Amino acid sequence: MAEKQDFIAKSRLINEMSIKNRLIEFFTKWEVILVIIFTLMFVFFTNRTPYFLDWFNLMNATFQFSEKAIMALPMIFIIMCGDIDISIASIIALCAYAVGNAAQGGASIPSLLLISLLVGTLAGLFNGVMITGLNMPAIAVTLATQSIYRGISIGLLGDQARTSFPEGFGVFGQEFIPNTIIPYEFVLYLALMLLFAFILHKTTYGRRLYAIGNSAEAARFSGVNVKLTRIINFTITGFFCGLTAMLLASRILSVRSNIATGWDLEIITLVVLGGVSITGGKGTVFGVFIGSLLVGYLKFGMGLLKFSGTLMTIVIGSLLIIAVLLPRLLDLYKANRKLRLQAQH
Amino acid sequence: MPEHAPSSLLKKALERRELTLMLLLVVLLVPITIRSPQFLSAENINRILNDMAILSIVAIGMFYVILSNGIDLSVGSIIAFTGMACGMINESHPSVSPLVLLLVGMLIGLLMGLLNGVLVAYGKIPPIITTLGTVNIYRGLTFVLSKGTWVTAHEMTPSYIGFPRTTFLGISYLLWIAFVVIAVFYYFSRFTRTGREVYAIGGNPTAAKFVGVNENRVRVVVFLISGTLCGLAGALWTARYASAVNEMATGFEMQAVAACVLGGVNFSGGAGGIIGVVLGTLFLGVVTNALPVVYLSVFWQTLVQGLIILIALALNTLSDQRKSAKLLAQRRG
Amino acid sequence: MPDALLEVTNLTKIFPGIRALDDVKLTLRSGEVHALIGENGAGKSTLVKILTGVYIPTHGNIVLEGKEIFFKNAIEAQQAGIVAIHQEASMFPELSVTENIFMGHHLRNPKTKKLDWKAMTEQTKALLGRMQLDIDPDTLVKNLSVAKRHMVEITKALSLDAKLVIMDEPTSALTGREVEDLFRIVRSLKESGKAILFISHKFDEIFSICDYYTVYRDGQYIGEGKVAESTEDQIINMMIGRSIDQLYPEHAPVWGKEILKVEKLSQLGAFKHISFTLHEGEILGVFGLVGAGRSEVVRTIFGIDKASEGTMYLEGKAFMPKGAKESMRKGIALVPEDRQKQGLVLKMSLTHNISLPVLKLLSFKGLITRSKEEKSYVLEHGKQMEIKAAGYHVDAETLSGGNQQKVVLAKWIGTKPKILILDEPTKGIDVATKAAVHQFICDMAAKGVAVILISSELPEIMGMSDRILVMHEGCQTAILDARTCTAETVMRYAIATVAQEASHA
Repeated sequence: MAEKQDFIAKSRLINEMSIKNRLIEFFTKWEVILVIIFTLMFVFFTNRTPYFLDWFNLMNATFQFSEKAIMALPMIFIIMCGDIDISIASIIALCAYAVGNAAQGGASIPSLLLISLLVGTLAGLFNGVMITGLNMPAIAVTLATQSIYRGISIGLLGDQARTSFPEGFGVFGQEFIPNTIIPYEFVLYLALMLLFAFILHKTTYGRRLYAIGNSAEAARFSGVNVKLTRIINFTITGFFCGLTAMLLASRILSVRSNIATGWDLEIITLVVLGGVSITGGKGTVFGVFIGSLLVGYLKFGMGLLKFSGTLMTIVIGSLLIIAVLLPRLLDLYKANRKLRLQAQH
Repeated sequence: MPEHAPSSLLKKALERRELTLMLLLVVLLVPITIRSPQFLSAENINRILNDMAILSIVAIGMFYVILSNGIDLSVGSIIAFTGMACGMINESHPSVSPLVLLLVGMLIGLLMGLLNGVLVAYGKIPPIITTLGTVNIYRGLTFVLSKGTWVTAHEMTPSYIGFPRTTFLGISYLLWIAFVVIAVFYYFSRFTRTGREVYAIGGNPTAAKFVGVNENRVRVVVFLISGTLCGLAGALWTARYASAVNEMATGFEMQAVAACVLGGVNFSGGAGGIIGVVLGTLFLGVVTNALPVVYLSVFWQTLVQGLIILIALALNTLSDQRKSAKLLAQRRG
Repeated sequence: MPDALLEVTNLTKIFPGIRALDDVKLTLRSGEVHALIGENGAGKSTLVKILTGVYIPTHGNIVLEGKEIFFKNAIEAQQAGIVAIHQEASMFPELSVTENIFMGHHLRNPKTKKLDWKAMTEQTKALLGRMQLDIDPDTLVKNLSVAKRHMVEITKALSLDAKLVIMDEPTSALTGREVEDLFRIVRSLKESGKAILFISHKFDEIFSICDYYTVYRDGQYIGEGKVAESTEDQIINMMIGRSIDQLYPEHAPVWGKEILKVEKLSQLGAFKHISFTLHEGEILGVFGLVGAGRSEVVRTIFGIDKASEGTMYLEGKAFMPKGAKESMRKGIALVPEDRQKQGLVLKMSLTHNISLPVLKLLSFKGLITRSKEEKSYVLEHGKQMEIKAAGYHVDAETLSGGNQQKVVLAKWIGTKPKILILDEPTKGIDVATKAAVHQFICDMAAKGVAVILISSELPEIMGMSDRILVMHEGCQTAILDARTCTAETVMRYAIATVAQEASHA
């Protein structure tokens, strides 16, 4: 009996969801808020400088953030499962070192790519195996491997640089698709973004990631191999570190041991800003996509307005905190609203 | 210190991480000294200690945050901001004494830590996210403050730059300050209720609430400590390295965390002690300084540190797992 | 008779869809050990949670030393002198015994405010001495055995100057000698004028240590009395006394061939030497009291945990699953005990929950999800279980307990199991859903599915099973034919008085 009444009350509540309530529901979605912020930012910069809304400039600006945005994609998987990886910048450095060294030895572009991907994949696999095999927190293990991977490239490279690369190596990181103003890198990012969105939202693997992030135990009881999935996540991330290292080396044509320093936190920021919960189980690729563009163009626009490069870090840091605080406040608001609605009836 | 019978003291010490670490340190020192006898010279020891003094101060702050089951990624940025602020004050008001500068640094650090703590405790934002945000904000504020410029040695007063090197009883002020910080926080951890409550919140927050521990208060306190100590470290940093640049102390949070991990501080909270953290710092210092002795270039320092952390982690985890397996086996034959 | 220390009257606690306590009473006097007896779901733990300030009662009176009390939180209950001994939940494993006792009220030097470790250690020593315990106050709690942790908790209760100490299944993890130690302490507490509420299933313990008893059943007060003036049979009758037959669906067992054979299955620290066979169409009940190791056995069969010893045969072939994935593929399904943590992903929709175990089959090439197939599959199985929800897109956490359980069942029937294991499937759900679950179990058996049913409710086990495997403290004490045995026999094997008598003989 009680249950039936409960059910009736619930369905009544749903009918109460008038258009106004649905609008509120829609506009309190984080992805929607991000799009609004993004639009406002565009309007603001367009008003302040004529150089912002210029297709060539907008496309050219993607060189500055495409690599980080690519790394944010596999990081979604890791954070979705409640893990974290703060060694990615070091893996990138290690791969870049391998590429730079092999290039100096005269390796061809395909073999450079192969080397880079292999080194990255192995480094990621090692992370995953240590974390799940020894049952240690991801942050602790990747803190250690951060020093290890970076340490190898510092040790081998010292204060030197590798700057000789094969003919045509710079194409991927520097050039545009012929007869267009679209950089190869950005096209690659868009393709990968769609691929990751597809995997996360349309495949069994993606569904399992959500299940693990929300309740690893329930997932295990449903036949999901939680450990293996987490290892795969770290391995995929390592693979993309290899890819990113190639792009980065191709763009700047110089490999030093301090390459990509500080990227870990920047990339995690993109993911969390994009609405992926740091405790796992919540978030979309679309959110991270908008978050990445938001940060990328914010930097570009502020650069045009001659703001100092690092002043933006204040804006980005604040956005990150707001990104977590705001949904919480909205939830509180929604809960209060619901209570008031119930009280009225 | 509570009094123990000698035997129980020994037993307790053996159980403890601190003793293992001290033994390891000795084991490490023996071959190094055989190879290079001057390693243990008073001069070299003094150098190592001075090198590690600032890290030990920051690591103690980090220790409390990790103890409460959090992490503070913003320490490097707080050091940069306070260091820059102190350098600029010294440049514009040369008459202000170095001691006042230290206090100013601590006050600024305290406020920055307060913001971290309030966001974590009352905003209910996970510590890693909060400090990931403020690491950016504080670093950016450093640029706003300095307008992108830096303070160089000849713009600062000799009394400020010379302050960390000034000696009293043959020991530098920098070391004295580190000793005082260690002593104060040893006392805090051991002999104050709040100090013990950090252990309770980190070890078992539910049980802590049951015995009346105010969780939010403890969470704010740990970030206050971390912030204040970073402020102190920032003021000392600028003086010791005789310059204040915007990028100073970048990545220093990882070194502080590493010192804690080496010192046996558990990432899941509630376990560890000040002495361990200090020994962990010392361990890092000895390893770094010993590299040239074994003909390894300093470029290998990062790798060696990483390996040590990973091994320490693995050993911690394995010994914990063995212990719980043993207890389980006792239950039913 | 001395005045009552604590008097509970007309106490009721209603959770959505269920009356956990229905107008119960309880009277405790200082200097007595009072047993609270009842099956699982009788309302004992709800009462304990109300007395310790965790739950707030729906209505009713609690009078402590003549004053009516109302606790808003756990700390208020503690300050009033009511302390419960939880199992480990309230310990700080990384801290010393002394500190565990004094956390929250550390002793300080009145002038300097410095913590007075010397005094705390002294007091701890004195307290431990009073209980004749040989524990070093400086040992870290994580290095103590379970039994000693218990003792430390009791010591803590003493240091808080408790008037009433509640012990909920205090002996479930203790060995015989440790139980003796505990009883010695209980007696000395009693002599010092404290009241002890002793919750236990073990009759030998109740008869050796308790003075009075109160029996609850299904959230209702059944009766009370002096232990010395009652017999075990009387109390067992009060615990189970109701007719069993009419409540359960008709089930004419038709057994097919043997499908699962378990031989000497053991897991270190959990259970030992479990052996049984299971047939198609059979319902095998597994009965035992809390801590008997039933869930651990089925978790091992399902491949969640590893066995330390023993063999299994599935349809005649050796079988030792490495994970749930493998056992699922071979036709085993487990409806786990903890619906909220293990059964469901609470923050996912009903659709995604129900399709999770069979996602691969519903997908294109096992990889790409097909929402149309998924929806129709979910709808089909959801309808079969008559799930009531605003839609299949809502999160599982918004449903009532009964409907959540239906979602879990829907999730597993789709895997077309040959063996269906249900661990406490009717715990905490309303009567109507309970009946539906029972009907579902019988339907499955009629279709030839082999069922293992774990329950702490004896009538459910008696009413549903063909055979009953009884466990006691990790050991298998009997396999009984449900049609010929009585509830009393099953209960005796579960509390192991039969086994003990047998071993004495």
